[in-house]
Amino acid sequence: MRTVRHVPLLALAVVGLLAPHHVGAQVTYDRILNASSEPENWLTYNGTYMSQRHSGLRQITATNVGDLESKWVLQNQVFGAWQSNPIVVDGIMYVTQRPNDVMAVDPVTGRVFWIYRHTPAENARVCCGANNRGVAILDDKVFMGTLDARLVAIDATNGKPLWEVEVGDVSAAYSITMAPLVVKDKVIVGVGGGEYGIRGFVAAYDADTGEEAWRFYTIPGPGEPGHETWDGDDWEHGGASVWVTGSYDPDLNLTYWGVGNPGPDWNPGQRPGDNLYSDSVIALDPDTGELVWHFQFTPNDGYDYDSVQVPVLVDIEWNGVPRRLMLWANRNGYFYVLDRVTGEFLTGTPFVRVNWSSGLTETGRPIPTPQPAGQPTWPGNQGGTNWYPPSFSPLTGLFYVSSWEDYATIYRPEESVFTPGRAFLGGGFDVLTPTPGAPGVGIGRTNPINNWTDAVGHGTLKAIDPRTGEARWTFEQFDVSDGGMLTTASDLLFTGGREGHFHALDARTGELLWKASLGGQIVMAPITYVVDGRQYVSVISGHTLVTFGLRD
Amino acid sequence: MGFMPALVYFSAFVMLLVGPEQGMAQGAFADHRYTSEAIEAGSRVYVSDCALCHGTNGDVVDGVDLRRGVFRTAESDEDLRRVITTGAAEGRMPAFNLSLVDLDGAIAYIRAGFDPEGIAVKVGDPARGRAIFQADGCASCHRVNGQGPRTAPDLSEIGLVRTPAVLQRTLLNPSAALLPINRPVRAVTGAGETIRGRRLNEDTYTVQLIDSEERLRSLVKADLAEYEVSSTPIMRPTALSSDQVADLVGYLLSLRGLP
Repeated sequence: MRTVRHVPLLALAVVGLLAPHHVGAQVTYDRILNASSEPENWLTYNGTYMSQRHSGLRQITATNVGDLESKWVLQNQVFGAWQSNPIVVDGIMYVTQRPNDVMAVDPVTGRVFWIYRHTPAENARVCCGANNRGVAILDDKVFMGTLDARLVAIDATNGKPLWEVEVGDVSAAYSITMAPLVVKDKVIVGVGGGEYGIRGFVAAYDADTGEEAWRFYTIPGPGEPGHETWDGDDWEHGGASVWVTGSYDPDLNLTYWGVGNPGPDWNPGQRPGDNLYSDSVIALDPDTGELVWHFQFTPNDGYDYDSVQVPVLVDIEWNGVPRRLMLWANRNGYFYVLDRVTGEFLTGTPFVRVNWSSGLTETGRPIPTPQPAGQPTWPGNQGGTNWYPPSFSPLTGLFYVSSWEDYATIYRPEESVFTPGRAFLGGGFDVLTPTPGAPGVGIGRTNPINNWTDAVGHGTLKAIDPRTGEARWTFEQFDVSDGGMLTTASDLLFTGGREGHFHALDARTGELLWKASLGGQIVMAPITYVVDGRQYVSVISGHTLVTFGLRD
Repeated sequence: MGFMPALVYFSAFVMLLVGPEQGMAQGAFADHRYTSEAIEAGSRVYVSDCALCHGTNGDVVDGVDLRRGVFRTAESDEDLRRVITTGAAEGRMPAFNLSLVDLDGAIAYIRAGFDPEGIAVKVGDPARGRAIFQADGCASCHRVNGQGPRTAPDLSEIGLVRTPAVLQRTLLNPSAALLPINRPVRAVTGAGETIRGRRLNEDTYTVQLIDSEERLRSLVKADLAEYEVSSTPIMRPTALSSDQVADLVGYLLSLRGLP
């Protein structure tokens, strides 16, 4: 069973003081592999390969969290929700801003050392905003995927490009919004475009040269296992994008990736079959791209239930036996526990109201209960949860996730004609509202006045016990919430929501310990790090990156 | 009042590039520039022979922007001469039979950025320029395409952002070309550490720089015992011949980032 490092405050302070406040050390693969042993840094999108977003830091505690104050603010120069996840390496923060800028920032003052700017091709297309969720680092290189589906390697010291390769065809609406995942000597990315009839894939590139090492299509081609789950030529434009960073188990040598919706989104009748590997988790060998196992959450999905959640890897006891597990609160409204060695389904429990399915079979396959035309489906199109990262604390044993309650959608499936590079949606949908034509909720908050109200849905932070699938406690919010999660070794939980409130809660009880109103919606998980012996917590709200630390 | 760099680190480079006084260098270059008469003659040639396809602003043909020095294959003046006299792009660019004066004039007009009042700079051979860049000290401070130190500005894309005239001026008189943000910084910390580097960013309370060991540093001014910004660049006026400078300019113009 994995043990969590308890780093005494004094030792941390010493580490912080000794660590030179500049770039110089190389971020070797070994360092990424052991990222949890240097909690003063935040080396990958999800913190570590386990993707628990749990920090070993404990300088900020329930006792002193009230002394947090804003140390600095950095404003995004481009309008639109800022969804980037900063990484912090040896006293330098790397964060992206729209559309495809990388900035090297002093994490103590928020001052910018350099900006690398990539201007995406004019024909780049993304369904849901010009988002970029951050970078990966290996040795002295920083890697970013771009909206025009390119992968760029940048010199971590001076911000100059070292190589750039085409990952997907921008004219066919392939894009990259995720932060890449570095494993060994390879940079691994997936592509977006599930609303444009792409054929999704995950691909790996040599970190030094940019040469493609392998490519795994998330829709099997003719002759490949799973191809029979598609009819005719549907597989050629069936979506199955991969737009959120995966996880990695070095002992099993397996990477795990959540796969997006099949296309067209809302007309499953147009693409009969299970549509593998859409809405699945796939386990890929990082050296070869070989598929080792898969588990499909939502076969023949008609509700846009992308399974692009972060695969959270945990080593806990299951029925008294230590096991390597994967926890997954899915957009389809079920919370799953899988064996990550084999992909075996262990349990699945609804964490929000679900009526598209009446339950799961022994193998985890949903029993479909499609609603009659014009009737609402729970959860709605944005799902019970979505891409925003959850957290697992090995100390509390709880899984923390933002969910959308009492939120439903009425789908209107229609036949769609596929044209490369054009939207391929299969109809449309309406959010269920108490009175016809009342404001609903969708991607992003668009109004400082909440005139949709909790009558169309609201946010709940759930602390789920993986053994039971039940919430140990919940934290209710009036508006829905896309807030990602961060837990610390001092049993704090940091998160935010669409209302712009940044919260610190007791990770064991859910008690609200501290809050700050940051003014813009919080749609990414906070991160924490130490420089010169001081712990900081950074979070993006609206167009601003705010970093908190304890009052001097 | 600026400080003089005293680091051993820079001394070899400084010796290589210490050259004649600025006025002398400029004088020596006069005969290698195109004259204003040539530029004016070139403007007439351009209007009568070139503008029909290339447009008044020189940017109508795909992949070519004559005013900004963007060509498909040509880099040096010799290349331009060859393209004009023999044609290019499988005949889509026809061959022109110009007099020597008109030919030089057309090139001068292009090199002056279509500005009849401008300065046309002779652009030499990029391959020879590259050898000079490597051998004569530039590469000991400047980085190109991932090679060389990061202490001085990276030049991988310099051909996209600088005109020939500015590049030549930088080589002949670095003081007149040093961008203020790049000014050398010297700081002494409260602990007595002396930090030298190139400024990257500054505000009222802090300064960010890349130091002489290529580390990104962020310094809080209140914590510093000394802090100086010099307007004197580390780089010295070149002692290269005018032909060598033309070659170097040709090389720098060829640096246009990743392929």
